[in-house]
Amino acid sequence: MTRTMPGAAVVADAAAPQAGGGRRRRPWWRIIGLSLGAIAFLFPFYYMIVGSLQRKSDTSLTGVLPMPGDLSLDNYREINAAIHLGQSLLNSIIFTAGVLLGTLLFGVLAGYALARLRYPGRGTLFAAMLLLQVIPFQLLVIPLYVQIVRSYGLADSYLGMILPFAINSVAVFVFRQFFLQLPNELFEAARIDGASELRILRSVALPLVRPALLTASLLTFIGPWNEFLWPFLVTKQAGKQPLAVALANYISTVAAAATNPYGAILAGACVLAGPAVLLFIAFQRYFVSSELGSGVKG
Amino acid sequence: MTTRGRGRQQQPVGLLLSAPYAVFIVAVFAYPLGLAVWMSFHKYIFTAPGVDVPRPFVGIDNYTAVLGDPAVRRSFLNILVFLVINVPLTVALALLLATALNAAIPFRTFLRVSFYVPYVTASVAVVGVWLFLFSSDGLVNQVLGGVAPDPSWLINEHWAMPSIAFYVTWKQLGVFILLYLAALQNVPKELYESAAVDGASRWRSFRAVTVPGVRTATTLVTLLAIITGANLFTEPYLLTNGGGPSGRSASPVLLMYQRGIEQGHPDIAAAIGVLLVLGVLIIAGGQQLLERRQR
Repeated sequence: MTRTMPGAAVVADAAAPQAGGGRRRRPWWRIIGLSLGAIAFLFPFYYMIVGSLQRKSDTSLTGVLPMPGDLSLDNYREINAAIHLGQSLLNSIIFTAGVLLGTLLFGVLAGYALARLRYPGRGTLFAAMLLLQVIPFQLLVIPLYVQIVRSYGLADSYLGMILPFAINSVAVFVFRQFFLQLPNELFEAARIDGASELRILRSVALPLVRPALLTASLLTFIGPWNEFLWPFLVTKQAGKQPLAVALANYISTVAAAATNPYGAILAGACVLAGPAVLLFIAFQRYFVSSELGSGVKG
Repeated sequence: MTTRGRGRQQQPVGLLLSAPYAVFIVAVFAYPLGLAVWMSFHKYIFTAPGVDVPRPFVGIDNYTAVLGDPAVRRSFLNILVFLVINVPLTVALALLLATALNAAIPFRTFLRVSFYVPYVTASVAVVGVWLFLFSSDGLVNQVLGGVAPDPSWLINEHWAMPSIAFYVTWKQLGVFILLYLAALQNVPKELYESAAVDGASRWRSFRAVTVPGVRTATTLVTLLAIITGANLFTEPYLLTNGGGPSGRSASPVLLMYQRGIEQGHPDIAAAIGVLLVLGVLIIAGGQQLLERRQR
């Protein structure tokens, strides 16, 4: 996305006589505005890291700058003792991996079928997928809780956590968009050669939509990794809680008893935020395409 | 297999490929949605697996109980306050920042990424630092000095809900900037050129060309922001310590959790959920009508 601003293409030619003096573009206002914005967006993260390393939390202005003598990993030790970071992280990883697996396997199949195959019920399925985007998930939480926890007895299990998120619909939508863009001739040729649809998908279509796999994986990742309400309802045993739930419980109940409660909370926050932020920085170019535009859920 | 699957011919293998997703939609969305509506008209209590208890039809009893509950009414009012602040702020800031970002400027990638870092971060993590920043003797109040609200933001009954609205605007803005950036690529350059030929100022051409040019995106952004508002749970639960002070920042989903799971009245919670969906549909429909009129 290295396009230029449409407005910047405006040329100050003779046809604009009464435009006042401001015809020449000076980008400085743009840069100042954007920089102020970036500071507002990044400062809390900076403060999170600094606060997680300070022995005593310092809310004054001088606390913004880290003093080398005051830095330690005590807060990380404190939060680790309280919520077992290792186990919580492992739970988060299993939860997230389960959702990614389901989405990449069944989501790709569905996206391919929706984009390239003709069969009865395709229109209905597509309509249902779009409808899903506008139903707030939290509304289904009560009946899902009744079903999964009470009827199937899946409380405190990874399966219970994963089930409602098993196939990410936004990812299915992204897959469909990418498969749609492939030229028809490719598929016709493969079919004439007698290849089965599964084989066409595996050997022809999938290698061509690798960026879509990354984009969809990134989008899918932040769902379960950051999700709070559902795993919070499903897991009552501390040993089964993903990090987001364990940290939230720490914030709302245990924190008051700690020697440096904010420091410990911020240390936990850094561990929770780290993987997602690093992934999105590393793969930022897969998070720009306009295909996201029509499918991103808020 | 459809070896000659060309042209208009049907490919039943598609049924097979999309079957897992179809089953998923029925099991995790369609059935629970139906169950929620059914529960809201019956007396429903939690039971152990396999235990059968009568669940009599009670008509609209659950709904009258919900509407007669001041805490629930308050939570719906709170969401309105939230939307009135969050939606216009989100649309305006996202469009302005996207417009500013849509140019050949230095550090463009860095800026774009910094705007969506909050979006990709768990709310639970960011809430931690906001609690720290906005606590009574937190950095924000230290900077503000005498102007700081007393009691502080998150425990002040007038500021608790607006604070959540600002927080969510900040957190979600990045993804809306991306949506607008994508939409801006489709605004024809010629329109800006003719606006300039007509001697339009930059602000005027923003109003006359950019704003109508990205109208579809604005509709989507508004709709997504409304849905985010309806989903609000983590923020009132953690940021304002369970919807406090005295329920002034409680959200309907928080009430669903408290009534349904904590107090064991899933039927009441289901009724709140159904009302919330209706509310979202009404607001979204009203917004569509309004927009069509303006056109």
